[in-house]
Amino acid sequence: MAVADRRNRGAILALTGPAYLWLTATIFLPLSAMLYCSFLDKSPLVPQPPVLTLKHYAAFIDKAVYQQLMLWSLELGAIVTLCCLVIGYPAALALAKVIKGRWREAMFLMVVLPFWSNALVRTFSWAMVLRPGGIADQAIHVVVPGAPALNVLYSYPAVVIGLVHSYLPYMILTCYISLQAIDDSVIEAARSLGARSGALFRRVVFPMSLPGVLAGSALIFVPAVGSFMEPRILGGAKGATLGMAIEEQFTVTANWPFGAALSFMMLAAVLLICLALYPVARKRMEGL
Amino acid sequence: MSKLNSRISRRRFVAGAGAVGLGVLAAPRIVRAQDGKITVLNWQGYGTDEKWALEAFKKATGIEVVHDYFNSEPEMITKLRTNPGAYDVVLTNSAWNGVASGEGLVDAIDTSQISHFGDLNPSLRDSSLLSKDGKVYGVSWVWGMTAIAYNTEKFNPAPDSVEVLWDPKNAKRVSVRDDAIEGVSYGAIATGQDMNHPKDLDKVKAKLLGLKPQIATLWSSEDEWNKLFQSGTFDVSVYWSGSAARSKNNFKLPVGYMVPKEGGIGWFDGLAVASNAPNSSGAHEFIDYMIDPTFYVEWATKIGAPASANTKANEALPADDVGRQIHADQAAIKRLQFMAPLSDEERQAYSDLWTEVKAEFAK
Repeated sequence: MAVADRRNRGAILALTGPAYLWLTATIFLPLSAMLYCSFLDKSPLVPQPPVLTLKHYAAFIDKAVYQQLMLWSLELGAIVTLCCLVIGYPAALALAKVIKGRWREAMFLMVVLPFWSNALVRTFSWAMVLRPGGIADQAIHVVVPGAPALNVLYSYPAVVIGLVHSYLPYMILTCYISLQAIDDSVIEAARSLGARSGALFRRVVFPMSLPGVLAGSALIFVPAVGSFMEPRILGGAKGATLGMAIEEQFTVTANWPFGAALSFMMLAAVLLICLALYPVARKRMEGL
Repeated sequence: MSKLNSRISRRRFVAGAGAVGLGVLAAPRIVRAQDGKITVLNWQGYGTDEKWALEAFKKATGIEVVHDYFNSEPEMITKLRTNPGAYDVVLTNSAWNGVASGEGLVDAIDTSQISHFGDLNPSLRDSSLLSKDGKVYGVSWVWGMTAIAYNTEKFNPAPDSVEVLWDPKNAKRVSVRDDAIEGVSYGAIATGQDMNHPKDLDKVKAKLLGLKPQIATLWSSEDEWNKLFQSGTFDVSVYWSGSAARSKNNFKLPVGYMVPKEGGIGWFDGLAVASNAPNSSGAHEFIDYMIDPTFYVEWATKIGAPASANTKANEALPADDVGRQIHADQAAIKRLQFMAPLSDEERQAYSDLWTEVKAEFAK
């Protein structure tokens, strides 16, 4: 017994070791370096020796604009996640339970297609589609000649469109996996017990697919909150996120410590939200 | 001469490599230290990387030029700090040359190696912004203005005041660059303050917030500016003089350009030699070529360039050259304030202010 245990432990170590080593090296180390950086009074690349300080965190609390930007970023993340859920979940449901065989493969290809192109290229293509006189505008005018000029570029909806397009595959794929795992006999059992389609979805299918919904939401919410490229290119003067302010600290003002401090405030906010939602999510999944 | 140099140094290099044996393999940087090549750090597409020019330069000197690029001046400084010995020539403007020389990131120029040095406009060449302790740390290369470009089909008569940006008639027809320092500078000019170090930042902020109903969008690159202007997204914008010449010349856009009577931003760029440059003499040769009228005239007429710091180069331009006309208005040049070095605190304060202004624009 003890020998088997030890062998097991060895196997687990061998199997998980490389992944955790990799994660430690690539995530934990740079992140701790940035955390340290956020307490320095000047950029680590300046020749003078740095002094430890809390002033960058104080600046975040002191300046209402950065809190405002954080709120807007969180709101943008929530809107994008919700849109992805509303659009992606029905698609995943159809892929898992209705479409079969070759068609499913073809549909999957279309879902992952956006991943094959660079995110920046995708965003610029959206700029071409959405600008006045752009592709969408021309298409509308072909169908409805007298329609008013479409002017979506440099607006909040343009940012949401770009982000939803980028992140939708995550939602479809995670929801698909958990919907696919629901045994058809469970659905048949529910039906044989008299559940109508509405009740079947509400009380059986949706709760059982919740792990996928949550995983997809987390995968989308976190990067959408930190987005800076899409808001700048598609939002113009109407795109304002904390991510853009963070980027500016690194590339324009060269105030790395302040940028790092803003990043960690954002990380803290995202973690707090996840922590607050965790008990709710666990409770919903407990009954399964 | 330079070919001879390069041969000697290569021989010396080979001898040294033999002496240290495998040690060379452990220090690949030494391999770069040969006279046949220089590395230039500059903005992309900003003169030094014109293909025809590099071919001509290589033909004349045997020196191959490779490039690395930066997207902002702090990035340029960061690259110099973190890669000592990687660069030979680096572009530093009037606001950043002092920072670079103060930190010992660039070397004093041996002006005797720059044959065209005497032809440079003295007010730029001898500016304290490019020198320190009587030594020159940057060879003035080109200069330009950041002033106001307008659509000549929409404005008649031409505007002459910075207030054109705030004129309610131009609501949603105005653009400015998404840049904290440019924004604050124009806020200061419009409120009658020192552009580099405005005393009353609150006044600047209030003035900039007043732009909100005017702003159609913010621009960030010349290419974007041309597209936006062409599609009629805005009619009047803060813009760079060299870019205005290009927009008019190459894209035939109806661009007018003026320095407001209240003042405008002036800047000039200096080419500097990085300290620990692997090929300092090659760097000097390249800088000399960059201020040569032959290079400048071709650059300015074929591609479009800011004004040269070399008076002879400007005089060699055709009289009807758009860039020459834009940069020849002596009264306008007198109204310019030149960009000076800012402290880290000032840069952060301007960045915070601009972030607040942009957040208000986004509401």
